[in-house]
Amino acid sequence: MKRFIGFVKKEFKHILRDYRTLLILFGMPVVQILLFGFAIKNEIKDSKIAILDRSKDYITEEITNKLLSSGYFLLYENLKSEDYIESEFRKGIVKEVIVFEEDFAKNLFGEGKSGIQIIADASDPNYANMLINYTSSIINDYLNTLHTGHNIQILINPEVKMIYNPEIKSVYMFIPGLMAVILLLVSSLMTSISITREKEFGTMEVLLVSPLKPLQIISGKVIPYVFIAFIDALIIIFMAKYVFAMPIEGSIILLILESVLFITTALTLGILISTISSSQQIAMMSALGGLMLPTILLSGYIFPIENMPYVLQLLSNLIPAKWFVIIVKAIMLKGLGFSYIWFETAVLVITNIVLFVISIARFKIRLE
Amino acid sequence: MEDVFVIDVNKLTKKFGAFTAVDSISFKVKKGEIFGFIGANGAGKTTAIKMLCGILIPTSGDAVVSGFDVYKQSEKIKKNIGYMSQKFSLYEDLTVRENIKFYAGIYGLKSGVIKEKTEFILDSLRITEAGNRLIKSLPLGWKQKLAFSIASIHNPKIVFLDEPTGGVDPLTRRQFWKMIQSASENGITLFVTTHYMDEAEYCNRISMMVDGRIAALDSPMNLKEKIKADTMQQVFIKIASQRVILN
Repeated sequence: MKRFIGFVKKEFKHILRDYRTLLILFGMPVVQILLFGFAIKNEIKDSKIAILDRSKDYITEEITNKLLSSGYFLLYENLKSEDYIESEFRKGIVKEVIVFEEDFAKNLFGEGKSGIQIIADASDPNYANMLINYTSSIINDYLNTLHTGHNIQILINPEVKMIYNPEIKSVYMFIPGLMAVILLLVSSLMTSISITREKEFGTMEVLLVSPLKPLQIISGKVIPYVFIAFIDALIIIFMAKYVFAMPIEGSIILLILESVLFITTALTLGILISTISSSQQIAMMSALGGLMLPTILLSGYIFPIENMPYVLQLLSNLIPAKWFVIIVKAIMLKGLGFSYIWFETAVLVITNIVLFVISIARFKIRLE
Repeated sequence: MEDVFVIDVNKLTKKFGAFTAVDSISFKVKKGEIFGFIGANGAGKTTAIKMLCGILIPTSGDAVVSGFDVYKQSEKIKKNIGYMSQKFSLYEDLTVRENIKFYAGIYGLKSGVIKEKTEFILDSLRITEAGNRLIKSLPLGWKQKLAFSIASIHNPKIVFLDEPTGGVDPLTRRQFWKMIQSASENGITLFVTTHYMDEAEYCNRISMMVDGRIAALDSPMNLKEKIKADTMQQVFIKIASQRVILN
């Protein structure tokens, strides 16, 4: 045991002495969260729109006021005729144009329906989609407040409802995914590099010839990264809560325990990579290409899994981060307890055991 | 006085699939002997050493190292041997003292003994003032001598040296061999592989490996006589290229 402690101490020295790696280990989570939280925004704020109001009655005026007072839209221009619509879009400033038909109020109360046209600049499809959703939900909202004595049909009817993230704050969506990516990066990339480094420098041979057992060598290399990844997880949770005021509806202890579970999964992946790689470069490439990319693409971190082709949906089940993201969202946003996420947890536990057995077997084969 | 054999190998064989890396080799090494293991790259030297160090299980044959069986008692073997590879196996980002402390620690030395040993090593290598310097700032020759001292820090009965002098200048190599000779005088057995034929002259006995077999095994003097060559260089080339079997 004393030998083992000495080994772990040495490992910590390696990490603490390499200030560049240290900077990556602790600076990266902070920088990434700030970047995703502040720079990359999926929500709408002060989007410039133009309005073509052919009717100019009290209803269209009220709808316009409602839109503009929402904080999502800024009126850039009142258009005189539809000839201006296209030239307006071409300038690239206006992202959406709203057109009210003639006799809007009269049609609405007389015939029970009237037309409104929403045109969005879909050269940025996601953004256009959001603009349209926001606009139509504001209009629907307004229509519902009108009394229904006139038998009003709802004009545009994409019922949009955002649950769990009512303000559709993108930070809330990014943080669970970001947590998965960062923990994966620290745990699997860094451990696989540090194990292959010993191979490259020839120190691994000496360790193997020493009385240390292979299992002790591996766990000695891995333990420091458990600590570091754990601290990173705490940093992310702390920043989510205090910098972005993200709610943690569920149990924080459960959240931390699940994070530790995911960290161990990532570490076994790192060990597995190190048994396949003969050099640090190969380890780095396999970790980045083989783990990070699929994780970013298939974990539901950025792209919703439900929208993927069926084959990719099936494939995404193999990505441990997918399950972790579901768990984190369930705990942080929905406030669910363990009974709701036992399945995802079980998937991670089983993945863990399988990977660990394979890694140890592979590590022993490598000795031959 | 009767000879004590610390390594006793009998028909040791290692196959990797269809390829036979080590083909039924047999030899004995005496206590305190400097035993040279020479052969072209890929001749099976490293595989043989790995089996003797207990990190590779042989396919067949027997080997007893410092009284322990390589199949069943590899853990005991590991405690009784030292190992130094061609890469010197020191941690570049740790200091001299930290390296000594680390390796002494994994061999289970007590902290009092570690302190004593550290001062002794620094003193005998005359590098006391460099004790707190990082390994990467040291000249190659220092690293090599330090690596050897560390490989024998736990008083092993046998030290395996796998091409210990690669890339080192001739003067340092000579100093290094003096260290090896004095270790041998203290009763430590040294099992050395090398590519330098002038170093082969320092060995008590040489085993020359060709294609996984031992092609020749004798003292440098006898080998030169048998093969009618003036230098070990000629001996090596003749045996390796003509496949002369002298056993």
